[in-house]
Amino acid sequence: MIDFETPKPIEQINNVVETVALNMMRPVSRYYDENEHEIPWDYINFMHQAVKSMGGTSMAPEERPAKEGEQKKKHPPIAYQRLAHMVEMLAWGDAGMYLCVPGGLLGSAAVAAAGTPEQKKRFLSRFAGDKPVFDAMAMTEPQAGSDTSAIRATAVLDKETNEWILNGEKIFVTAGQKALVDSDGFMVVWATIDPSAGRAGMRAFVVEAGTPGCSVTKLEHKLGIRVSDTASVVLQDCRIPYDNILGSPTVEKTTKGFKGAMATFNATRPIVAAQAIGIARATLELLKEVLEENGITIRYGLPRHKMTQTERDVIEMEIMLRSAWLLVIKALWMADNKISNPAEASMAKVKAGDVVVKITQKAVEILGPLGYSRDLLIEKWFRDAKITDLYEGTGQINRLVVARNILGYRGSQLR
Amino acid sequence: MYSFSLSEEQKMLMDAVRRYALDDLRAAARDADEEGQLPPDLIEKGWELGYLQASIPEEYDGFGERSAVTGVLAAEEMAWGDLSGALAVFLPGLFTTPILLVGSEAQKAQYIPPVIEAEWQPYTAALMEQRLDFDPNDLAATAVADGDFYVLEGQKSFVPFAADAEKMIVYANLDGQTQGFIVPADAPGLEIGERQKLLGLHALPLYEISLKGVRIPAEDRLGGPEGHDFAPILDSSRVALAAMAVGVSKAAYEYSREYAKDRDVFGVKVAQKQAIAFMLAEMATDIEAIRLLVWEAAWMIDQGKPEAGKQAYLALTGAADMAMMVTDRAVQILGGHGYIREHPVELWMRNGRGFATFAGLVVV
Repeated sequence: MIDFETPKPIEQINNVVETVALNMMRPVSRYYDENEHEIPWDYINFMHQAVKSMGGTSMAPEERPAKEGEQKKKHPPIAYQRLAHMVEMLAWGDAGMYLCVPGGLLGSAAVAAAGTPEQKKRFLSRFAGDKPVFDAMAMTEPQAGSDTSAIRATAVLDKETNEWILNGEKIFVTAGQKALVDSDGFMVVWATIDPSAGRAGMRAFVVEAGTPGCSVTKLEHKLGIRVSDTASVVLQDCRIPYDNILGSPTVEKTTKGFKGAMATFNATRPIVAAQAIGIARATLELLKEVLEENGITIRYGLPRHKMTQTERDVIEMEIMLRSAWLLVIKALWMADNKISNPAEASMAKVKAGDVVVKITQKAVEILGPLGYSRDLLIEKWFRDAKITDLYEGTGQINRLVVARNILGYRGSQLR
Repeated sequence: MYSFSLSEEQKMLMDAVRRYALDDLRAAARDADEEGQLPPDLIEKGWELGYLQASIPEEYDGFGERSAVTGVLAAEEMAWGDLSGALAVFLPGLFTTPILLVGSEAQKAQYIPPVIEAEWQPYTAALMEQRLDFDPNDLAATAVADGDFYVLEGQKSFVPFAADAEKMIVYANLDGQTQGFIVPADAPGLEIGERQKLLGLHALPLYEISLKGVRIPAEDRLGGPEGHDFAPILDSSRVALAAMAVGVSKAAYEYSREYAKDRDVFGVKVAQKQAIAFMLAEMATDIEAIRLLVWEAAWMIDQGKPEAGKQAYLALTGAADMAMMVTDRAVQILGGHGYIREHPVELWMRNGRGFATFAGLVVV
């Protein structure tokens, strides 16, 4: 039965996260925006304790194997839906600080999605320790952005020591500094085990903090989400254990391995979309608040000729925001229920990236000098918003994914 | 708990509606549009699918209960076949659903069974008015109390099948409130005007009517002498129209997608060009986004949520914009061929523009 009721457990956690967003994020949002690369340890330590006290090890959805004799769970699965709500609320607080949440980023998502039970235990259990630990994902290279098949980083197996030797340069590694330098975290690195095999040779490897040959070389200065570090990482004869490969170590003729990796996007893209929605909601709420303070209330239900331009704009923003959020929820409901969702995942990302950019840009416009001023957070959200239309697949890459899916085309048919 | 799955009953109904929409409504749509009429057998066949009958409780000779969610599902599928045909099939609901929603017990017992147990008959309703500043909550047509009667004055337009209808609900402004009145076709002072000539909906007969001192007994005021709340009717109409906008858009999107996959250009298919593929991707994305908004609004109506009215308004506003964007692009993707009446996309584009204007042409 079609149902739009937010599940009760999600509603409860939502209230908690909202308190965090209001009290731990918003008050320092401006400070960390203006002091790029300072680390909000108070917030991080608080989040670490909070996640631990809720019995979790990280924000990543975990599949707990049923213990013997334990009854199979009666409730429908909602792990990704819950994560979407949490991410939305944290991004509503501060999109950059959300990216500073220990143990909840793309690296652990990749391990959770593609790792063996042993790997999950080895890599994910560190999040349960006393100190906050971070994870990162390294895919982009200077010459390989959206075109991930152009990745040049290599992984060569040293049969004598049974180690992978990684070489290459990675850029745009979100939280790379925190994962590799500031904590005992790890980074999931994409590299090829057979450069002649193209995508079929692409694999993900886990590089733990402190591994010799792996170093952070640069932190980027950005338009927005400044509190989140964006690192360049160089791998120079970086040796990691054989068992740190995610997925099959052999190259088959097919691109199954690569596609398997791409499948993690079906969960992560809607999660990034949820982040966009959080920024958009924050903006729309503050916009309406400021309008109200200035005696402008939005009237609903009127025919268009009776509305002001501002009312039309705000109402259009509400339509965009709500419909995009529902795409996110549906894509993750599908993920939770193990329904194939590549088109829906990318649709959610396309739409959310679009609407957050439109909503934040329009909000600055509507608020005039107030919108443009750094007194309010609106201008910051305008800057933060843009990243969600860029990372985890630009709006254009996701359009391409949607198009291939709806047209039934392979990559070679629609380039 | 979120769920996007249809119930088994909904699935069965939708399978039947989809078949009818494709094999019957779509097949007849072009001729009906050119000839300005729908074959009576076609409408009757759609009526016999039993959507409306299933939304009426047994005590009024139906066999189910009203669900706005089921309603928007059916409305989308039906309009995917053809909008004019869909509005015709849904027409008797324009009379029975408001009575079911806000009518008095006596009105339900008296007026619903004769519609439900018979073949399709043109029971209708008159809400719109032929004026630039039409507002369903601020009508120009008036109702004035006069003893045990109300006297209706004014002009209405876009009244489907008015010339053949036995009874209709006429909406008028009573002390600033929109109120419905059950008006028989032979009421003195009710004049059916010319059939309207419009941009779209060519197959659906729509009329202007005028009310000149039409006297209606107080017990035929919708809801009885105390009247009724208009919001549930308007909300229901908005989600139904929004769902139909989604259906029309889906038809246009699918047609242009298949055309683009078939048409050669510069040694590849049109769809293999990103300029076209991206248009299609955005069309598909926006259709899905608005569909979910419509579903949620309908679900809120069924749950009695206080925000249902606002959501229904947002859904229709968004759907009207989306339908224009999608149907326009469908024509664009076919290029010059899209402009030729051999293809249906120009028809969908004309109908697509209407959703910003239509009010009260269908309820679920």
